[in-house]
Amino acid sequence: MLKKLLITTTAALALTAGNAFAEDIDIVFVGKNTGNPYFDSLTQGFVDACEVIACNFEFVAPATAEATSQIPFLEAQIQRGVDVIAISPNSPDALNQVFDSAREKGIIVLTVNGDITGNEEHRDATILPTDFTKVGADQIEMVGSLIGYEGEVAILSATTEAPDQNFWIEGMNETIANDPKYANMTLVATVYGDDQPEKSTTEMEALLANFPDLKGVIAPTTVGIAAAAQVVQSRGIADQVKVTGLGLPSEMRDFVKDGTVDGFQLWSPYNEGWLASHFAVGLKNGSMTNEVGATFEVPNLGTITINEGNSINTQSALTTFNADNIDDFDF
Amino acid sequence: MNLVRNILFRREAGILVMIVLFCIAVGLYKPQFLTGQSLRIILLLTPLIMIGAMAQMLVLVGRHVDLSIGSMLGFSAMVVGLMYREFPDLWWVIGFPIAIATGAVLGIFNGLLVTIFKLPSIIVTLGTLSLYRGLTFIISDARQINRSDIPSELKLMSRTSPVFDIPWIILIAFGIALMTYVIARHTQLGRQIYALGSNPEAAPLRGIDVTKVTLVVFALSGALSGLAGILYASRWGFVNPSNTGAGFEFQVIAAVVIGGVSINGGVGTVMGTVLGVLLLGCVAAALPLLGIPGSTQNAIYGSVILIALLIDRSVRQRGAASISRGGA
Repeated sequence: MLKKLLITTTAALALTAGNAFAEDIDIVFVGKNTGNPYFDSLTQGFVDACEVIACNFEFVAPATAEATSQIPFLEAQIQRGVDVIAISPNSPDALNQVFDSAREKGIIVLTVNGDITGNEEHRDATILPTDFTKVGADQIEMVGSLIGYEGEVAILSATTEAPDQNFWIEGMNETIANDPKYANMTLVATVYGDDQPEKSTTEMEALLANFPDLKGVIAPTTVGIAAAAQVVQSRGIADQVKVTGLGLPSEMRDFVKDGTVDGFQLWSPYNEGWLASHFAVGLKNGSMTNEVGATFEVPNLGTITINEGNSINTQSALTTFNADNIDDFDF
Repeated sequence: MNLVRNILFRREAGILVMIVLFCIAVGLYKPQFLTGQSLRIILLLTPLIMIGAMAQMLVLVGRHVDLSIGSMLGFSAMVVGLMYREFPDLWWVIGFPIAIATGAVLGIFNGLLVTIFKLPSIIVTLGTLSLYRGLTFIISDARQINRSDIPSELKLMSRTSPVFDIPWIILIAFGIALMTYVIARHTQLGRQIYALGSNPEAAPLRGIDVTKVTLVVFALSGALSGLAGILYASRWGFVNPSNTGAGFEFQVIAAVVIGGVSINGGVGTVMGTVLGVLLLGCVAAALPLLGIPGSTQNAIYGSVILIALLIDRSVRQRGAASISRGGA
């Protein structure tokens, strides 16, 4: 605590040289559920930011990612009187009332890594990792480059109702159907592994059995891509079937190192937390404004613009991970 | 008793016939199902369930049930995972005795609650199902043990072995089945478990130490769940506080009941249980191959279990009838 105080005081002294006794902003991040490694990295971004700027950070999350499971956590934080609530919402509409009562008390509500689509008026701003409308096209280009833009590809997704994945899959279908660059590629199947390793594995095995000429598999989900890579590794067919998709470098490092996977993509969940805490503190101390078109500087990320719908992207395109750069990422 | 044994034998033959018919039926639509590759997939799907099913068979034969196996699996896996992460220099094989011992301690705790307080095992283990899962969250700080923290030697056990390249975890699973067969058929303990489950009132009169036998059964269930825990880390390369072992009890009890083990105690064989596990494995591997979507797969799983329960019921009625006819 003392160390923290010292660091923040010194930082504040060094930066503003006058406002050293300004109170720290209390930020809470409400995750989807506990035990999800994706959010460990995102949370670390908040933690590291609050080491250098004037904020206190707390992470809370329910045990399960159900629509209403975050409500008691939100109510407790409102009672506690936090300044900023950042949340990865489990439902696009179940949280509206709680958000409203938080904002009546002057609490800033930011949705992070996922938005309450259709109910945007109930939050102040949203911080999304990248422009989701480009993910589908980027993933098709990724698999295309691995298979020489020719042959059968399949998709191994999460659950049938996962909204983000379904949006990206739609983009993949449109890209492959309309862009002449991919005219020699066919999307033969879309299967769902429910983000369980067992089920993702049986679905992947079934893809290989049903489509013996399969050249590539896109798994736009962290559990699915690891399961698909494990099947290919275990069968020793990395030369014939290219696995790619969206994955965490920490989960995929082994597969990249042993040549099972040539490349995959994601954004930095860490940067979402880093950006969200800088934005929250900036809004509270008045150095940033939450208006469409406004810009602000975030250390390490450069100039950030607030887009239509008070939506902020931490990066403009997906990051591609391969053998050359995977060791540079520790999430 | 011969009549009962005959019926049971027919029951096992019945499951075998079901497996063969099922595979042929699937093979007619999808010839690739009848290949060595499919056998490998099925065998790699089932080792954890096989180990859990052996323990659960003994528990059910003793007229108890252990619902906490998935949480014991998760807790033991987490203990070992934390050890690998915090002490990467330790010899990785140490993880096996630690996982098994951790599970055994949790199992003995179940057994003590059941024997000392005379509580029904279904209630006790329903409680510890949540308790052990909660403890898993606490010791791990709700964080996953990542692939990079699991020793590669351990992960390699799920891919190969010196014995015809059959992955170690398959060999271990069948080794546990063999061990359970020996316990059930050739030891005093095994006979005592069957006697206890057949007639709990008469067992102490025959000089059976009911407390000791019950404790041993629950300790075994915990120890084998612990073994399944470290093998989970081997097979999937990570340990997650909420996912690892979740729903394991459902799969295992389903396999055991399909294998003809009676939930009323006293009846069950290792061969039947092995076949029950393999039948579930065949179904799990075939459904995606047939292109049946995930939502429907759950309904089909449930139907298979219900059909097995109905068969179980009719077998027990016929068995009871034959015993009373025989005057045994």
